[in-house]
Amino acid sequence: MGALIGLGASAIAEMVSSKEISALEVTQEHLALIESHDKNLNSFLQITADAAISAAKEVDAKIARGEDPGPLAGVPIALKDNLVTRGLATTCASQILKGWKPPYSATVVEKVSAAGGVALGKTNLDEFAMGSSTENSSFGPTKNPYDLKRVPGGSSGGSAAAVAAKFAPLALGSDTGGSIRQPAALCGIVGVKPTYGTVSRYGLIAFASSLDQIGPFARSVKDAAMLLQVIAGHDPKDSTSLERPFPDLISNLDKGVQGLRVGIIDELIDGAAPMVGDALMASADSLGDQGAKVEHVSVPAVTYGLSAYYLIAPAEASSNLARYDGVRYGLRVEGQDMNETYVSTRTKGFGAEVKRRIMLGTFALSSGYYDAYYAKAQKVRTMIIDSFQNAYDRFDVLLSPTAPTTAFELGAKAADPLSMYLSDVCTIPTNLAGHPAMSIPYGLGENQMPIGIQVLAPALGEVNMFRVARAIENAAPTITKGLFWN
Amino acid sequence: MANLAKLSLSEEEELMYTDQLAAILDHARDIMALDTDDLSPTAHPLELRNVFRPDVEAASLSRDEVLSQAPASEDGRFLVPRILGEAP
Amino acid sequence: MADDAVSSGGADGVLPGWEIVVGLEVHCELKTRTKLFCGCANSFGQEPNTSICPVCLGLPGSLPVINKQAVELAIRIGLSLNCTVDKSIFHRKNYFYPDMPKDYQVSQYEKAINENGFLELPLSKKVVRIERAHIEEDTGKSMHVGGDGGRIHGAVHSLVDYNRAGIPLVEIVSAPDLRSAEEAREYVTELRSILVASAASDGKMEEGSLRVDANVSVRRLGVEEFGTRCEIKNLNSLRSLVRAIGYEARRQVALIESGEKVVQQTRHWNEDQGVTTAMRSKEEAYDYRYFPEPDLVPLEPSAEWVTEIRSHIGLLPASRRERLTSLFNGVSSGPVYDQIVTAVGLGLDDLVAGAVAKGAEPRLALARATNEVASDLGNLEMLTVDNFTEAIRMESEGKLSATQAKTVLGKMLESGANAREVAKSLGFEAMDSTVIEGLVDQVIRSSPKEWERFSSGEDQLAGFFVGQVMKLSKGKADGKIVTSILRSRRS
Ligand SMILES: [Mg+2]
Ligand SMILES: [Zn+2]
Repeated sequence: MGALIGLGASAIAEMVSSKEISALEVTQEHLALIESHDKNLNSFLQITADAAISAAKEVDAKIARGEDPGPLAGVPIALKDNLVTRGLATTCASQILKGWKPPYSATVVEKVSAAGGVALGKTNLDEFAMGSSTENSSFGPTKNPYDLKRVPGGSSGGSAAAVAAKFAPLALGSDTGGSIRQPAALCGIVGVKPTYGTVSRYGLIAFASSLDQIGPFARSVKDAAMLLQVIAGHDPKDSTSLERPFPDLISNLDKGVQGLRVGIIDELIDGAAPMVGDALMASADSLGDQGAKVEHVSVPAVTYGLSAYYLIAPAEASSNLARYDGVRYGLRVEGQDMNETYVSTRTKGFGAEVKRRIMLGTFALSSGYYDAYYAKAQKVRTMIIDSFQNAYDRFDVLLSPTAPTTAFELGAKAADPLSMYLSDVCTIPTNLAGHPAMSIPYGLGENQMPIGIQVLAPALGEVNMFRVARAIENAAPTITKGLFWN
Repeated sequence: MANLAKLSLSEEEELMYTDQLAAILDHARDIMALDTDDLSPTAHPLELRNVFRPDVEAASLSRDEVLSQAPASEDGRFLVPRILGEAP
Repeated sequence: MADDAVSSGGADGVLPGWEIVVGLEVHCELKTRTKLFCGCANSFGQEPNTSICPVCLGLPGSLPVINKQAVELAIRIGLSLNCTVDKSIFHRKNYFYPDMPKDYQVSQYEKAINENGFLELPLSKKVVRIERAHIEEDTGKSMHVGGDGGRIHGAVHSLVDYNRAGIPLVEIVSAPDLRSAEEAREYVTELRSILVASAASDGKMEEGSLRVDANVSVRRLGVEEFGTRCEIKNLNSLRSLVRAIGYEARRQVALIESGEKVVQQTRHWNEDQGVTTAMRSKEEAYDYRYFPEPDLVPLEPSAEWVTEIRSHIGLLPASRRERLTSLFNGVSSGPVYDQIVTAVGLGLDDLVAGAVAKGAEPRLALARATNEVASDLGNLEMLTVDNFTEAIRMESEGKLSATQAKTVLGKMLESGANAREVAKSLGFEAMDSTVIEGLVDQVIRSSPKEWERFSSGEDQLAGFFVGQVMKLSKGKADGKIVTSILRSRRS
């Protein structure tokens, strides 16, 4: 293992900027680690070594010229493969997009590269980000780096596993119903879903447009803040992008939690495994010790989140995924005529979970059912927002488990979609509300797998959310278990 | 449904999906029971209005680059199998 | 059903005992620089697939952002059609078709930006209600290869060009207030003038910037209830519109009279064969699964913005007609009024009003504009108001005969030269009245019998003598002068 493996993003950026180390050697060490160990983990779908090396050289050259290399100078980063990268295959882990080389890049990809970040490759995910275990990838599942028999969570399982395995200090994922936070929890790292509209969705391949948000993975709260700071901000190419300037997270990070009001959501403890509930209470106690006012709070409508989500998200997805039709890009399975071609292409190109959600969404939108299902779910969405609002009238942030359990074994929930969907029960309500939330690791459970604590905040409440996350991180037991490769 | 979504399902798949969708919709019965008459629907979590782009031309893509990704093309156009009906 | 049964049903639009009910959906292309949701050029006739980008090609990850100018032009249309302009949202209309890059069309479904307006037809004075005028995106265009005459049926494959995909359209939906093919034609003509006058669209049907779908049903005279309607697509000219409505009404009447029922369906107009054919019936109708477009946010035009937009709208056809009728004692029907409607419809009213203001004789200016100038509209920019005024003056002062004046105007439109120069170059010197008198006497001498009849009161023979004199003078004599000489010789 190289000497630079395991360094955090802020350390790397500092050392590269001060010429203590070169971006090139950082990149090469991380690429070498991936090269030797990812075959067991399957976190990357594509390693873009050549592009990474030339990007690293460019960072070093900038520094040599005395130019500002940017806040992520030489920091390796892994990109979820639903982020569009110009000239580099982008698959969404689906056969239907196999071989597609986009003619443009996502806004976040451009921002990361402009900030001096070095993209190492594209990471595995549940096909079209639909899933909670990364088992729905058509290129094989990603494993959990703490136990290769277990899932890393999903859908951003590849990104989470890569960061946990120290293949990269940072990664980008997307979170529609918990797809950043849940795998972060299961892999023992930090994962953030920002306020809807904070990070541009331009170039994020849509799953459910009104819920999708891109966010960072890191091994520390500070590194996550650093990456979020880079990717946040207004983008005129995204109509749902907020215009307000994003607050400075880093300078507020260590302000402590003295006087902050923290509420523990009762409804979300009930279904959690006892070891998860215990970790949550321990993290809450530590916040109390650091001066926060911690109380229990009821947010009754969150229990309806799952039902509303599994009508709204598939509905939007059924429309977003219509374009994969074999006409302009990606897979075509030729039929006798256009209609047959549509059917054969989509039948062959989509996996079982994607088809299930397309069918569910098509149903929820179809005439005669729209009002009873889709329109109803939208009203429940309002109810959830109102319910959160009541809680935020009294609390600055809320706490809950990120996931009800630790990482489960591969295949454990494959046959029962509903049980799989239930692993997102704690994360879904914030997507429906458009609020920010993040997961912070809090030690290991009795099964020696990581546990995540979720910090939730009202819209645009990232500053307080990060302060609380930092305080939890300070108090959290260190994860002593070794990774699969050491 | 499969027809509308342009998917074809085997008999086995059809049975499986029917069961699974029924289970999911059954779970959704909790919200069907809620009184939401006084609530307006939320289509979107943002309160944004009137987001516009100025009417200014931007660069288009290179046709060759775009068509290089197409399953089939001819004479600068995307080639598709015969279409059985007019657009609706 | 036999085709003859249909075609023997009566003349276009006139079906004894029956009434036609028509509502029109007009798709109008907005005159913006760029497309509705992206910065690709909105222009006609480019090389295929050269005005495309990730957004209008529906590439994965791309997102739409609304063109502000498209919304402004849509509001101009709404205001010009007396609509209420209000908050609106976009929906997705989901269906699979190769010319739809995303396999859904972004359109305003539940709530249109413009609703509840009206338009008054200038000739029949009928008020047609406008239900809505909403914004939506156009689709790409398919070319069908290997079939009969490029038609979709029998084609081996098709080729798709997405240059048109994402072009901003406003769809103007009328209430079913029209009662004949002629009224439908008048409606579209007037609508086109309004669109052009408000500078929202160039209104060119031949380039597809105006496309019409007609909802047609029939009912027995006196019956209030509407019959079952069929929607006819693909009406690309006024001629097709009139023919298709006539055909469709006769088809429906023939069906009902033979005891059959009209089936609600979408029908396609076949211009060559002059018939409508079923595209699909209601039973196999699409389920479009409309839902609010999550990639866009609502439109909420402020009152100030709407007021500002209103101030950008030029003089509309109704006001333009008023300006001309005021030159003719407020005439509101008859041939002069018809000519005024034509002049405004063709955008010639500025020319007429300008010439009259400079002293041209109003009737003559209107007649020459709606006949001679109208027949060469493509060269309109060659004709200045001053030159037109001069031509009208020369004619009314007798310096040019009517025939000469028409020829002169024709040449002026071709060359852009002024009336005097053109008349001179054509040798159109005004003919001296003594010369004309000589010609009149010559004709009287050579036609004694006709002269006797004319002298004894057969006035209709005047035409014969004028014609003879014209022939001798090679059209240079002024008809009015010839007539007055004839009358003085008779007494
Ligand atoms: Mg339409
Ligand atoms: Zn475009």
